[in-house]
Amino acid sequence: MNKEIFKKEIRLSGSGGQGLITAGIILAKAAVLDKVRVTQTQSYGPESRGGASRADVIISNDEFYYPEAVNFDVLLALTQEACEKYSKNLKDSGILIADTTNVKDIVHLEAKVYELPFTEIAMKKLGTILPTNILSLAFLVKITGVVSESSLKTAVCDFVKPQFKKMNLKAIKIGFKLASEEIIS
Amino acid sequence: MQKISQKSIHKYLRHDKKFPHVWCPGCSNGIVLGAVIRAIAELDLKKDNIAMVSGIGCSSRMPVYADFNTLHSLHGRAIAYATGVKMYKPEMDVVVITGDGDATAIGGNHFIHAARRNIDLTVILINNYIYGMTGGQYSPTTPHGDKATTTPYGNIDPTFDICKLAIGAGATFVARTSAYHAVETQSFIKQAFKHKGFSLVEIISACPVIYGRLNKKGDAPTMMKQMKDDVIPIKQYEKLSPEQRVNKQTRGIFINDTEKMEYTLAYQELIDSLKVPKGDSNE
Amino acid sequence: MSNNKTNPKTILMQGNEAIARGALAAGLDFFAGYPITPSTEIAEICSVELPKFGGKFIQMEDEIASISAIIGASLAGAKTMTATSGPGYSLMTEGIGFAKMTETPCVVVNVMRGGPSTGLPTKPSQSDIMQARWGNHGDAPAIALYPNSVSESYELSIRAMNLAEKYRTCVVLLSDEVLGHMREPIELPDLSQVKIVRRITPTKPPEWYQHYPDNPKYPMPKASFGEGYRFHVTGLSHDSKGFPTNRADETKILMDRLRNKIAYHIDDIVQIENYQMQDAKIAIFAAGISSRAAKEAVMMARKRGIKVGMMRPLTIWPFPDAAVRKFLGDKKAIIVPELNEGQLSLELKRVMGGIWNYEIRKTKKIEEIHRTDGLLITPDQILKSIMEVK
Repeated sequence: MNKEIFKKEIRLSGSGGQGLITAGIILAKAAVLDKVRVTQTQSYGPESRGGASRADVIISNDEFYYPEAVNFDVLLALTQEACEKYSKNLKDSGILIADTTNVKDIVHLEAKVYELPFTEIAMKKLGTILPTNILSLAFLVKITGVVSESSLKTAVCDFVKPQFKKMNLKAIKIGFKLASEEIIS
Repeated sequence: MQKISQKSIHKYLRHDKKFPHVWCPGCSNGIVLGAVIRAIAELDLKKDNIAMVSGIGCSSRMPVYADFNTLHSLHGRAIAYATGVKMYKPEMDVVVITGDGDATAIGGNHFIHAARRNIDLTVILINNYIYGMTGGQYSPTTPHGDKATTTPYGNIDPTFDICKLAIGAGATFVARTSAYHAVETQSFIKQAFKHKGFSLVEIISACPVIYGRLNKKGDAPTMMKQMKDDVIPIKQYEKLSPEQRVNKQTRGIFINDTEKMEYTLAYQELIDSLKVPKGDSNE
Repeated sequence: MSNNKTNPKTILMQGNEAIARGALAAGLDFFAGYPITPSTEIAEICSVELPKFGGKFIQMEDEIASISAIIGASLAGAKTMTATSGPGYSLMTEGIGFAKMTETPCVVVNVMRGGPSTGLPTKPSQSDIMQARWGNHGDAPAIALYPNSVSESYELSIRAMNLAEKYRTCVVLLSDEVLGHMREPIELPDLSQVKIVRRITPTKPPEWYQHYPDNPKYPMPKASFGEGYRFHVTGLSHDSKGFPTNRADETKILMDRLRNKIAYHIDDIVQIENYQMQDAKIAIFAAGISSRAAKEAVMMARKRGIKVGMMRPLTIWPFPDAAVRKFLGDKKAIIVPELNEGQLSLELKRVMGGIWNYEIRKTKKIEEIHRTDGLLITPDQILKSIMEVK
């Protein structure tokens, strides 16, 4: 096991209804399976559809207390608004993952940027945009390694209803594959 | 009607430092207390198994005199407190003593929702048309034009028909009579106790010292006679012309529905449906 | 927070769920509530779990009905809880006063959100600290606890239930929007290991039973409705049997008991946490969610070589006067970060010698950080204050 001290501040952002809080919970559950420290918080408005929504997950093998992400190591942005609002708090050494289905304009950043049309891909390959959250989360996990891939799978299977298990596992597979292609290129 | 002796009534009262009571001369509350106790004695209900819950007001002082599990709660909240008692111990007979202001003004919300749930509470509502304990302010039942200390020029508020309100909200036993009709009061209360579900007995009562004085209604016997004349059986009322109906109140049982599911029974069914077979624990 | 241990019982849990599970572990068997953000999950979980073992859940028509129903059920013998947020708590205060006056155990959870009024339903706040103390009319002491993590939400929920039973009073369990909705790993204890204060029923024959003994022992025994004791309960000033009284001597006994049962048991009720306080020259005094930023700020300042520590009250009320004097009295400066406009700091200043005491103000700087815009106080914000006062 890697003994090096690490702390990753991850923000998953977009709008209400995109399943970001679900993605945050799943990521945090995966971290529990990895037996590291984790805190998951969220911020949302009164709307369940539309409106800004975000989930923060902090993962570390050392003590930490403040529960919200301040300077992000990883930012997932599924909307233009979220991307604009939060990319300024992304560390220079951080990673931005943007869904180009909705994010059209990314300001110049020191951070590494991955741009993929996750929503479109989900629609095309799975026939629904519903698992975009899991697909992009799988991509994030493969790229960043914040949790183990197997823990992510277990966490997803534990969390989703049985009838959606197959679809979400497929989404994970697609997310992982997209990430592998990015890593190679 | 079974005769309940004066002596046996004493078994249901608290004698240690509780008497004389706080009620004014001529007040009907004592008649109602007597009727409640006679009904309980007739039904041979166990004192230990009765919870008597009240709110705030003249009528709500009743529980302290009665030798049951007694709860003198907050203004308007008696039915909500009683709901807690009944939910946790459905086997208890829970009776609520309340007044027109307590139950239909400040406590109106609890009153209609308990009726809607059809939870097995026996609500004895003593309607004296006034806030007596605070000295005579108008209540939701103070008749139009009447005087109260807060309606010095006559009451402009329309009134509640409490029984109709209860029926509309879903109560399954609703009856009204007056304190003059003491035997009927006792009989209705007895039936209300026996009824499984939300039951309301509204008792029109006399408040000669406050309401009566403010409205020149005469002394206690005069007010009693007035109740005798004005609170009439439903059938008799129906025969009257609209002009003759002015100032008349109906008495009788308006609804006695034994079909509707009682709330604590419904909850028990829910509990039973969730019981997991042994060995399949829900950790 | 747990880590690096192979325990199958370590699970991810939300703060509100931890409060519900803690109460259930402590023997909760009746919950009445009314929906309000951000506390609703507590009611939802109770509605799922209670009927599974014969417990009862009811959604009442409002918060006033909710507190009334739990007091009624408690008098009938149940262990009870309700949960709400600021606006609902405001409605409950009359009932909370009744529970304290009639010495009826119950727990009220207040998951604090931004106020006043409807305010910020989905944002955190700590602005009901004083309401937890002074919310009800009349003089009645308060017990209020305030955790700062998910696992502590579980523990303090159990503790709140136990203290309510032991001292026969209404205990307030504070939380806030972030803490209530936050998820963290929690190691659930073996339920057989959870210390529970069970209700002690009287052994005296009914005719000797005093519902309000003059010199009670704690846990204070309590008969329940339907058990043959037929006692009277009233919010009026009452004698030892519960009957109303206007007598000064009987009222004095009652008021003395209400005050002293808390005042004489401060050591049993008060819990604090000291973090890096041993050699600290500067102390942060913080509770609940703000203490998380404070701890982080202590770590950051220590890395810069500044000797800072943190004192955190887990018991907000009764206020830990003695501990504050003992541990904060010699500090050069005290920083109080809180999501309100100075409620804990007001109390701190009272203990530290009075708000207007010039001598104290000269020698001990009390730096207040207030925030009421719906966002958390950040570690950076506290660090900035540390740098200013050092």
